[in-house]
Amino acid sequence: MRYLPLTDSDREEIRNFLEIKETKELFSDIPRDKAYYPLEHIPPAVPEDELIKTFKAIARKNKFPDYLSFLGGGAYNHFIPEVVNHLSQKGEFLTPYTPYQPEVSQGSLQAMFEYQTMMCMLTGMDVANASLYDGGTAAAEGALLALRKGRKKNTILVARNLHYEYIEIIETYIRHLEEYQIDYVDFDKETGKVNLEDLDKKICKECAGFLFQSPNFFGVVEDSKKISDILHGKGAYSVQVVVEAMSLPLLAPPGETDVDIVVGEAQSFGLPLSYGGPYLGFMAVKKDFIRRMPGRLVGETVDVDGNRGYVLTLSTREQHIKREKATSNICTNQAWCALRAGMYLSTMGKTGLMKISKTNHLNTAYFVKEIAGFDHVNIKHKNNFFNEVVLEVKHMPVDDFIDKLEKKGILVGVPLKWFFKDKAYASAVLINFTELHKKPDIDSLISAIGELQ
Amino acid sequence: MNKLPELIFNKSREGKTGYSFSETEIPDDLIVLDQEYRRDDIDDFPQLSEVEIVRHYTNLSHLNHSVDSGFYPLGSCTMKYNPKINETIAGFEELSAHPYSPMKLVQGNLEIIHTLDDWLRKVTGMAAFTLTPAAGAHGEFVGMKIIRQCLTDRGNPRKVVLIPDSAHGTNPASAHFAGYEIKEIPSNEDGILDVQTLKEHLNEDVAALMMTNPNTLGIFEKNIIAAAAALHSNGSLLYMDGANMNAFMGIVKPGDLGADVIHLNLHKTFSTPHGGGGPGSGPIGVSQDLVKYLPVPLVDKKGDRYHASYFNKGIGRIKNFYGNFLVMVRALAYLMALGKENLRTVAEDAVLNANYIRKSLEGALDLPYKSKTLHEVIFSDKGLPVKTMDIAKRLLDFGIHPFTVYFPLIVHGAMMIEPTETESKESLDEFIRAMKAILKEAEEDPEKLTDAPFNTPVRRLDEVRAARQLVLKWEKREDEKTDDG
Amino acid sequence: MDLKDFKFTKEHEWVKVEGDIAVVGITDYAQKELGDVVYVELPEVGSTYEKDEACSNIESVKAVSDIYAPVSGEVTEVNEELEDNPEIVNKDPYGKGWLFKLKLEKPDELEELMSADAYDEYVQGITKE
Repeated sequence: MRYLPLTDSDREEIRNFLEIKETKELFSDIPRDKAYYPLEHIPPAVPEDELIKTFKAIARKNKFPDYLSFLGGGAYNHFIPEVVNHLSQKGEFLTPYTPYQPEVSQGSLQAMFEYQTMMCMLTGMDVANASLYDGGTAAAEGALLALRKGRKKNTILVARNLHYEYIEIIETYIRHLEEYQIDYVDFDKETGKVNLEDLDKKICKECAGFLFQSPNFFGVVEDSKKISDILHGKGAYSVQVVVEAMSLPLLAPPGETDVDIVVGEAQSFGLPLSYGGPYLGFMAVKKDFIRRMPGRLVGETVDVDGNRGYVLTLSTREQHIKREKATSNICTNQAWCALRAGMYLSTMGKTGLMKISKTNHLNTAYFVKEIAGFDHVNIKHKNNFFNEVVLEVKHMPVDDFIDKLEKKGILVGVPLKWFFKDKAYASAVLINFTELHKKPDIDSLISAIGELQ
Repeated sequence: MNKLPELIFNKSREGKTGYSFSETEIPDDLIVLDQEYRRDDIDDFPQLSEVEIVRHYTNLSHLNHSVDSGFYPLGSCTMKYNPKINETIAGFEELSAHPYSPMKLVQGNLEIIHTLDDWLRKVTGMAAFTLTPAAGAHGEFVGMKIIRQCLTDRGNPRKVVLIPDSAHGTNPASAHFAGYEIKEIPSNEDGILDVQTLKEHLNEDVAALMMTNPNTLGIFEKNIIAAAAALHSNGSLLYMDGANMNAFMGIVKPGDLGADVIHLNLHKTFSTPHGGGGPGSGPIGVSQDLVKYLPVPLVDKKGDRYHASYFNKGIGRIKNFYGNFLVMVRALAYLMALGKENLRTVAEDAVLNANYIRKSLEGALDLPYKSKTLHEVIFSDKGLPVKTMDIAKRLLDFGIHPFTVYFPLIVHGAMMIEPTETESKESLDEFIRAMKAILKEAEEDPEKLTDAPFNTPVRRLDEVRAARQLVLKWEKREDEKTDDG
Repeated sequence: MDLKDFKFTKEHEWVKVEGDIAVVGITDYAQKELGDVVYVELPEVGSTYEKDEACSNIESVKAVSDIYAPVSGEVTEVNEELEDNPEIVNKDPYGKGWLFKLKLEKPDELEELMSADAYDEYVQGITKE
């Protein structure tokens, strides 16, 4: 078999060298009644041509490619230049391990260093790590970082208009750590934004920081500077969660709004939808947090000849040295995804990113403008959004609305009632527009909605 | 001479373009973002042509050693060959759905998740799996939380998790993040856990034992069944770290050995590529009693329809969406390609190869544990005139990636060698020759080791300087002027 | 260095009393074990610690070591030199490599610490293992 280079004669030669008659003898420590169990339930081997056919047949059972989709809500369909696929698929990038022997890993290390730099430029922060699992777990790590750094503080505040999956993950992570607790800050149902009065009220002495999403789950840009000021005034950290990284090139960087920790999801930078994974969690912080932040960090140094080189640094914080005192248990991260993101960012470049980011917003703004003519639907927040808006459906149950549009070949969006129990959202969908939606696509959506009056 | 390409920021110039995308028809004046929320520019952000980008990354790739270029015997990492057909399949656009797609439109994807789940149950003997964890450590964390939730439901989460002194660092870290204190238990002179030692540590505070099997010494923990029984009598649970599953996949099932919770690493045993540090996938398998604690979502099948359910009142959600789906695709393609005829051969060849290396080097290096070796062998630096690190660095000059060094901590100057089954005998012989040559140099000309490597793109790097003078990103120097002013 | 006025802890910290102030640092044995120090995290001036409470840490390339307050007290001064030159801890652990100063809250606690000779014996006992 092609993945098994040993020939039968190799095996025999090795057995003779080891002075054994059967390979089985090497497994003699395994209880005899449990070893070499029958394999009859295992299917036979599938050769390459059949394997391709089999998976193509499975893939054909997916009917989503037949639809025009406006689904967003934490995963976004963006343009990926072909070079990213070609370059990232090089075996030298795809098949090595974590760069523990830096002398033969400079390719991965320098690429990571460049990625870290670009993430700092986009977020306006001092340091970025080399990846976390995804946006949700990054948010949990951000919460834990604020709690760790806030000495003798045990409470983390979380905005209720943070992506619901992210809130769930934070809750799961913190639930069993007895020394910590979570409290929640409400949002204003009219504006969709964090209720600053509630925030002010909820910041107690024990509060280490506040996690908020911007653009938030409803697509609305939050007043990050105001939020940071309120928090800093009371000695707490400001933690911004960015779920749609494509917003970074267009919007004011978090660093300029005095945010202390930025976490989020960078899937929009060069990763396909992938049915949810692998994605790319990121974290970028102000320099006070460097020594407590989780994840790998690549640093620049020199070798014995004085030549520039890169190494994983500050490993003393990590699990393989600090073990139970580590800043996180993370070991394998999403390095190859970060590599793709770095390739995407350098290929698109400054002008490409700013243009694509703006196009996302313009497409959304066009929809908002054109849909205003209808009475049976309403855009809830008509400005200061990035690329997602909430569409309220007034004249029919939202499930029927979604269903009827599906029959027209359109996946209109994610129903908000999946995430919010409040009656106010029982009849609304979150619609996302990216640069891949062209004007005719948006016009189709508008006329399809129009037909449902 | 510096072999690294110039940093991409230093090659950047205003006016260069690397991409091509159609212009939007929507006019600029439709923007409805207040000026205060917008940014003007992304200072110093790269601008290069496609040609320069391709050259940049291609030249970077040449600086890496990889499984595709040579032997990579990192112990406990299972650096086996990553089949290229898996990349093709994972690249099928028809699989790359939005995770919130209506379930009836992604039946193929749900079938893939369910089928992989089924395969993993068959090879491990566990009752059910969650495929959501993103890596081994993530899985360990999830597994420990499941244990905690289960014990809490039974009346008392307890306080302590027992971990052998040979364990991987993620074990105590993960148990800690699940809210437990750690107590280390010593391995015996055979390198394994003694049931007597375990019993001495058992009390009402002990929630679980985290045991890697085979352990990080490459030795089968043959007392595992007795250990499981002792734990269960004490009301504790057994967590089995399955990182070393490559040693006995198809030979024995962890479920038959008494494990309550196990994790697997798809990026180890199941051939998905390491990618320079991920993405991985760390599925968790549990015994029947613990199924109700699995995190959401779970994929099940009713008739011929697949369905993802969110109603399990388990530990909650631990990752966005379904987990690392495209990693699962690769693992399933791998298992299907192996099939019944080859499944068992993976472990058999892995163990043959490791033993071949063991016997070939036993005379030249100190073997701290004489127990049977499975898929990886550990030597120590006892009696050597040089340090383990120096041998490792000299191996680089031979075009071979070093073994894992200084782990596990219980072996002095540990050298952990895991060849895997995807190495030919010729490759093993080349490694053995290189090691013997290096050990000879260690006696006759030790500077060849202490000053190594000589033939790599960079030589030994100053890690102290990297930690003292932190340079974690590129910054424009004051004296540098770039044209994008 | 004449260490007869110094007192020592099992965690390899030293204390030198100057009036009602205790100057704290790590021993030569500790700095050798750690290797090249790359960073020292010092406590905040004004914060108070109980005896044996972790109040600082020292990082080398291969490890991070917690430093425990050898006696209870309020931090009056920290060695700011170490911010840019952490290697002073390796070069002069008993002199210029001091870490922080505590205002003694419970001077009796000094009785519980080891003398220079006792500490020497203690270290010899460890290194024999």
